[in-house]
Amino acid sequence: MALFLRYLWYGVIVRAVVLVVLGLNVRHRERLPAAGPAILAANHNSHLDAMVLISLFPLRLLPRVRPVAAADYFLRNPLLAWFATRVVGIVPLKRKRERDDEDLLAPVSEALARGEILLFFPEGSRGEPEQLAEFKSGLARLAERHPEVPVVPIFLHGLGKALPKGEAVLVPFFLDVWVGAALRYAGSREAFMQDYRAAMATLAQEERRAEWS
Amino acid sequence: MTQWIPNLWVPVQVQWIFGGILGLLGLASVIVWLMRRGDSAGKHAELAARVQSWWWMVAIFAVAIAIRRDVAIGFFAFLSFLALKEYLSLIPTRRADRRVLFWVYLAVPLQYWWIGQAWYHMFLVFIPVWCFLFVPMRMVLQGETRDFLRAVGTLHWGLMTMVFALSHLAYLLVLPEGSAVQAHGAALLLFVVLLTELNDVLQYVWGRTLGRRKVIETVSPKKTVAGLLGGALSTTLVAFLLAPVLTPLTPNHAIAVGLMIGFGGFVGDVTISALKRDLGIKDTGSIIPGHGGILDRIDSLLFTAPLYFHFLKYFYF
Repeated sequence: MALFLRYLWYGVIVRAVVLVVLGLNVRHRERLPAAGPAILAANHNSHLDAMVLISLFPLRLLPRVRPVAAADYFLRNPLLAWFATRVVGIVPLKRKRERDDEDLLAPVSEALARGEILLFFPEGSRGEPEQLAEFKSGLARLAERHPEVPVVPIFLHGLGKALPKGEAVLVPFFLDVWVGAALRYAGSREAFMQDYRAAMATLAQEERRAEWS
Repeated sequence: MTQWIPNLWVPVQVQWIFGGILGLLGLASVIVWLMRRGDSAGKHAELAARVQSWWWMVAIFAVAIAIRRDVAIGFFAFLSFLALKEYLSLIPTRRADRRVLFWVYLAVPLQYWWIGQAWYHMFLVFIPVWCFLFVPMRMVLQGETRDFLRAVGTLHWGLMTMVFALSHLAYLLVLPEGSAVQAHGAALLLFVVLLTELNDVLQYVWGRTLGRRKVIETVSPKKTVAGLLGGALSTTLVAFLLAPVLTPLTPNHAIAVGLMIGFGGFVGDVTISALKRDLGIKDTGSIIPGHGGILDRIDSLLFTAPLYFHFLKYFYF
């Protein structure tokens, strides 16, 4: 039942919105991983970011592509929690420890062990539309723990125009997606975050984008 | 032919012309196949993608106009939406105008609704008068004055080209309604679309084989005098030959319309080229492999459709 709803949600509703109402221009699509485990690390402007990233993959991979999302936000009431975990298929991530020895990244590690492709937003929150916030080092900690898993940087543009935080009306805009070359952890969290920031900066400057001010 | 294809809205001459188009495409595919044989470097990959996309576009266009009139009008509404979305995604926009853009999109279903009702007066004035006045009013309510003139100008230009100009194609479908002149809307439409697209191809072919002297180098460095003249004149010849099959145009009028489409198509093409140069981009999108975006394909139609429509309307309907 839940899987059927998931296919209905992503296969019909999300694809209609993302591909027809909005529309994608994808650069370097061939850099996307063909199978898990893998981590896609993108900038975050809108709830639709995860929907766009999932639309990049063929439907047969649907059960294996899942967004990592804040547990305190998406599990705040039972109905939303059911929708988020069963239909959208999030991997819930707690942002604060309840016990000192609690391993916050455990659910994410389990998903990677199952060979899933995870969508990760290192900025942590959607923030100001079309402005990059600081990438937090949670991504580096995850990469350190799973050095064999490729981390694919993805730069998204346009969703902050189409559906920014706090807006209810969706305005159609073509969305731009730049897929970067996969990164791997090589011994240092700081060096990894530097590589990630540099990769995102390169993708952001690859082409001229329409001004939005 | 009509026996085994049941209940098509389009008349038999339109079906024959479509048969001819398929023949031309088949010929193009064979030529590309011959060119690519033994060529391992993939020199003609772009050309092959372009011809393949033509097959898709012809198929979608044929299905869209064949079934019934309202489906065809809906198809052009969708095309307008895609073109407007591409345009609004490319140009600089103001954060303050997000809600205004929502209203701008709403002009698309309304404009095509008037067309479905064959409400000629509203079709003519809705965008140049009502939207022209409404958009700045809605923008002023947002209270942002920075870059106001640029914003209102670009939104008006987008509405006029992507919605108003393009919607003339859809109005061709209802134009013969209640008229004494023997004509079918789908035939009138096919005539201008076929000639405009053929003109694009012919200008390209003439320019590649004979062209040397540039027409407007600063806007579009590949456009040559030979391409423009050769294309426009061969388009005029095809217009002269096809007009009796698809339109009520007299031979003299057919020549005039052929020249209008030949030169108007060129102007539409280089106008979108100028827009792309200004924005610093090569293609308006990547939705049609080998062609680019929607605007790269319909650029010439934006100019030929209103020209042809008002010529027909003035002399015949």
